[in-house]
Amino acid sequence: MADLTTEFLGIKSPNPFWLASAPPTDKEYNVRRAFEAGWGGVVWKTLGSEGPPVVNVNGPRYGAIYGADRRLLGLNNIELITDRPLEVNLEEITRVKADYLDRAIIVSIMVPCEEQAWKDILPRVAATGADGIELNFGCPHGMSERGMGAAVGQVPEYIEMVTRWCKQYYDKPVIVKLTPNITDVRKPAAAAMRGGADAVSLINTINSITSVNLDTMSPEPSIDGKGSHGGYCGPAVKPIAMSMVSEIARNPETHGLPISGIGGITTWRDAAEFISLGAGNVQVCTAAMTYGFKIVQEMISGLSQWMDEKGYTSVEEVVGRAVPNVTDWKYLNLNYVAKAKINQDDCIKCGRCFAACEDTSHQAIAMSEDRTFTVIDEECVACNLCVDVCPVENCITLEKMTPGEVDPRTGKVVEKEYANWTTHPNNPGAVAAE
Amino acid sequence: MSSPMTPGLAAARLPAEQLAENFDDLHAPFAPHEAAVASDRCYFCHDAPCVTACPTDIDIPLFIRQISTGTAEAAAKTIFDQNILGGMCARVCPTEDLCEQACVRELAEGKPVEIGRLQRYATDTLMAKQSHPYTRAPQTGKTVAVVGAGPAGLSCAHRLAMYGHDVTIYDAEAKPGGLNEFGIAAYKATDDFAAREVNWLLGIGGIAIKTGVRLGTELTLEALTDHHDAVFLGVGLGGVNALRSDGEDKDGVRDAVGFIKDLRQASDLTALPVGRDVVVIGGGMTAVDAAVQSKLLGAQNVTIAYRRGRDAMSASAYEQDLAASKGVRLMFNAQPVAIHGNGSAHEIELEYTADDGTGLKGTGETIRLRADQVFKAIGQTLTTDGGLALDARKIAVTGAGRTSRGGIWAGGDCASGGDDLTVTAVAEGRDAAMDIHDVLMG
Repeated sequence: MADLTTEFLGIKSPNPFWLASAPPTDKEYNVRRAFEAGWGGVVWKTLGSEGPPVVNVNGPRYGAIYGADRRLLGLNNIELITDRPLEVNLEEITRVKADYLDRAIIVSIMVPCEEQAWKDILPRVAATGADGIELNFGCPHGMSERGMGAAVGQVPEYIEMVTRWCKQYYDKPVIVKLTPNITDVRKPAAAAMRGGADAVSLINTINSITSVNLDTMSPEPSIDGKGSHGGYCGPAVKPIAMSMVSEIARNPETHGLPISGIGGITTWRDAAEFISLGAGNVQVCTAAMTYGFKIVQEMISGLSQWMDEKGYTSVEEVVGRAVPNVTDWKYLNLNYVAKAKINQDDCIKCGRCFAACEDTSHQAIAMSEDRTFTVIDEECVACNLCVDVCPVENCITLEKMTPGEVDPRTGKVVEKEYANWTTHPNNPGAVAAE
Repeated sequence: MSSPMTPGLAAARLPAEQLAENFDDLHAPFAPHEAAVASDRCYFCHDAPCVTACPTDIDIPLFIRQISTGTAEAAAKTIFDQNILGGMCARVCPTEDLCEQACVRELAEGKPVEIGRLQRYATDTLMAKQSHPYTRAPQTGKTVAVVGAGPAGLSCAHRLAMYGHDVTIYDAEAKPGGLNEFGIAAYKATDDFAAREVNWLLGIGGIAIKTGVRLGTELTLEALTDHHDAVFLGVGLGGVNALRSDGEDKDGVRDAVGFIKDLRQASDLTALPVGRDVVVIGGGMTAVDAAVQSKLLGAQNVTIAYRRGRDAMSASAYEQDLAASKGVRLMFNAQPVAIHGNGSAHEIELEYTADDGTGLKGTGETIRLRADQVFKAIGQTLTTDGGLALDARKIAVTGAGRTSRGGIWAGGDCASGGDDLTVTAVAEGRDAAMDIHDVLMG
């Protein structure tokens, strides 16, 4: 079984699965149980400044989006940072760390954008023995109205400034958690790097309204008839998070900056995908909140099995493996030609491929009297929609055409050579091929 | 109090509570959560095979999607638009041979979407909430006679009333409903559903019902055609085929349909006698209904004897399994020869059969079974043809139920074609109504 031991910023953990800063890591009771269940590390729920703790709403904090069979696909929340006294959290962190030296404990922090505030809290966090800190520049609701969380994460100059303070007053690793509620995630990542961040973690939650109560006309979760946007997370945000992770991983300015991947990770496969896109480890929240701490067992066994099958002996070997294959559209090979193919033995004759193609795409699927569905190669542009809507996995596949064959749609011979938009004759700005 | 062991015919073989449990809903209705889970399984197929398999062409993917989005009332409307007796059909349709057999998830996983139960969920929801969802078009001044208040007649009458015609339904029985009321196993239509459904259907208005009048006695086709602009016959099959075996006249030998009818109309099941050893002759749904209900009433031994093999049995595999699971013995390739007993049936003598390629024949080998009650379920026959042309002993029809005489339509079990299902009768009644409307308004 592959060894999943991960060293992230010099912090060792028995596996790359950390619990993200969130309700599951708000107190000693939870974190101890998480470690007993097998989690490699936790990012303790965000601490605020000394003084009266923040207060939360006393009504619903979460809203949800469901798939078939009420499978939770997206969750949003309007919960704030920890609402327990700073001292209590610090004592608990100290106790748990002392008992779990082999696990990672990172402390998430969010205090006002003033040097003194950071100067005050950092020594106290250092005293707990925790392995590092994560700066919460991502929380998009509530705290951002008070000039913290996403309000900082949306201004690269602030990120750089606060990160620099932290590096100045704290000597263990500093991770900067980024908000996705910006237009170009490369900018805040670069700012964190300039400030001296040891790593970035992303994504924090996305501004969201999950539903509207059509009886009361209030957004959900509704507090006495009113709703406020929350932070969206869960499987639904995974594609957004992976794109952002890959952008930072392949950006020359930030390339090599360690990344802790977050966003809808629910299975070992999700984790492996984030890692392949450049994440050195991953953080999980919604999956644990949906199914409990036990899911980490599947993540551990699944990642190990897959690594064994592929011959990888460490997580490190997988980190960033897919990054070289993330490119710009203009570099995609326009001479790559494929056609959809329907495996008749697997087809259950639902006709969804036909409806999708006929109504909304290229009229490239034929339907016979006896409900046999076949691809019309003359029309098929290999868009993949039929594959995506088919309920049976691998029943429809896209088959690559061999160079030398004639594409029945265009009547042109499939070229062997790679050619992209930059040299395409239809491109007014094309450069002549060598 | 008697028991399953009590010899001869006896009532109250089981305690009242046990009988109530036995005759409760065969399939409990879906709770909202169950309906949500079941409806999520539908793939919303294109030109869905389940719709093709439905004799009434209900848009099944649409109504299931409507359930899944929390609008079961809209789902019911989708169903009723095609099949006004969608509530009963949801209970009695052999869905395992129709929509659910065609479901792509049957092909994919051997587990179809539970279309029948979802249909019941939708129709029950609307019927519990709303008196009647349809309104009539302005009155046309035309009148139509519908003979028979079974599924075909009710469906036809409703559609005609919706078009604005005035309809009078004539039925030989004391109350309307036809086989829905008298001929279906009690556990498929609990809580007086057939009668409730008729009342709900009549909510459209414009339909008068005259009961206790039978075509051929109190009614003549001539009088009907004289007094109405059109006539629809949905008289069903009133006669029962005879066994033509020795001893058929002994006490304890009777028609299965009569037994089922008594059972459906019984106000107290503990008062209904049933034999200790019951043998049902036949291979259709009526045979299964009679056998299963005999068992549920407390008969000790119940056997269905069918003269052909299992493959030829017209009761579905699902119905056969249901019978077997209730403890009914299925006996194939056995035909009745004689019923023995001193005045009352005591034993039935059956002869084994085989098909040597030239047709089914007795082998000469016989077997005797204890039988203090014998039910005949070997098919029903048309009793009144009104002088119309026949086809295979049924009223010959072409197109949407047109008979050999202009102005007279027929549908349901009495008409040629079709497969003697409630849902087919509903479709035929509906289609005849549309044709009648076209002709009348020509």
